[in-house]
Amino acid sequence: MTAKIATITSGKGGVGKTTATANIGVALAALGLKVVCIDGDIGLRNLDVVMGLENRIVYDLVDVIEGRVRLRQALIKDKRQDDLYLIAAAQTRDKTAVSPQDMIRLTDDLRPDFDWVLIDSPAGIERGFRNAVAPADLILIVTNPEVSAVRDADRIIGLIEAEEKGPGKLLINRFKPEMVRRGDMLATEDILDVLAIELIGVVPEDETVLVASNRGSPAALDDRSKAGKAFRNIARRLNGEDVPFEILEKRDGVFGRISRLVRPGEG
Amino acid sequence: MDTPFAIKGIRDGLLITLTGDEWDATQAALLHAIDDRGDFFHGARVALQVGERDLGASELGRLIHALSEREVLLWAVLSESDVTRETAANLGLAVQLSPPSVEEAARDTELTGDDAVLVYRTLRSGHSLHHPGHVVIIGDVNPGAEIVAGGNVLVWGRLRGVVHAGAAGDENAVVCALDLSPTQLRIADQIATSPERHGDPKPEMARIRQGQLVAESWTDDRRR
Repeated sequence: MTAKIATITSGKGGVGKTTATANIGVALAALGLKVVCIDGDIGLRNLDVVMGLENRIVYDLVDVIEGRVRLRQALIKDKRQDDLYLIAAAQTRDKTAVSPQDMIRLTDDLRPDFDWVLIDSPAGIERGFRNAVAPADLILIVTNPEVSAVRDADRIIGLIEAEEKGPGKLLINRFKPEMVRRGDMLATEDILDVLAIELIGVVPEDETVLVASNRGSPAALDDRSKAGKAFRNIARRLNGEDVPFEILEKRDGVFGRISRLVRPGEG
Repeated sequence: MDTPFAIKGIRDGLLITLTGDEWDATQAALLHAIDDRGDFFHGARVALQVGERDLGASELGRLIHALSEREVLLWAVLSESDVTRETAANLGLAVQLSPPSVEEAARDTELTGDDAVLVYRTLRSGHSLHHPGHVVIIGDVNPGAEIVAGGNVLVWGRLRGVVHAGAAGDENAVVCALDLSPTQLRIADQIATSPERHGDPKPEMARIRQGQLVAESWTDDRRR
């Protein structure tokens, strides 16, 4: 196995990076792939909570990087899926405890044993972000259909292009079709128009996501959750399947234009 | 200390005019600059304007050697000194730049004025581009990006960021874009924001007319 390393980032806080990381991780594991999720938000960890693994943490990322424990000892096994693991962030340290080189070394050590390494980036464009994107083969940029989030996503795309990691793929989270129809929210095509990168998925706003996060049981595990379904589709697309963009296709009238914009490989 | 030389791009490569009085110091400063900016000079064709300085074969020969070590080709030496011209000719160098052909001379008359910079990509949020001359973008200028130009700004794409043309006070500067919807547009000391757009975007040019910033459609009849 040679893992692909995907970093989930956004620039703006609160758009759903951690939720996306947990859900894509769960969904990839459900496809039978071996996955490790790394919480890159040192000092403000919460991926463990969303994945429901808070009480299993013994060692964390910084313990491994500072050589106190072996990598295996910091791999926390998921309680539901056999092939899903978490490396938690240290709660008591800050971003300067880790360097981009540390992250590259750590992920290189993980590569042989996994199919996917997902890194949950902290918000912002500083050290934590740099750490998270340094080892990435692929960068997923999470945004919400609002002007400020799109602006920050654009900045992030510029930064990762400068590091020759770009352009990345776009995940639009908290999408509300009714609001778009009323003209109160940016439509997918408006966002793609500005960002001009490939779309990996559109996740609808869905109460089940919040409930699931609080319970530590990601929505991707819930067959009835619309958002969960969207995350499962994203995982399938990451795995190389050609999955149509379902939510958008249901909307009459808009579909013609959207399908043109999201043609694979475009942008 | 001021740099004892000036570098200019010409049709045949680079023209370096040496202005320093002391030959050794000037030569050292030039070589130092080339070492500092290796990528820029690497493989360059250089013509040297040395003014009235008398240069012998050993001085010029050493310089040719030092330049060739840095993969810079000296092909011409321009001078008012007969001694230097003779030395250069003996070393197989040209002593004048080739005269521009008639066709090129005609075109060059259109190109007087400030330098321009061409950017062939999209400027994303957070990018700030400052240039004393004109700015040409092939790509979009996204919201959150900023262009400040001493001259004109041309965008072959959508202009949605902040743009300032004629930033040094030139009221004749213009801003053109295929879709002119800047967050804020400034020319000289005038500031405007984009009105709400109705209908499809079309190419427009913004300029100052009678002290007022106006955007005019490029396809209007009067322009044709």
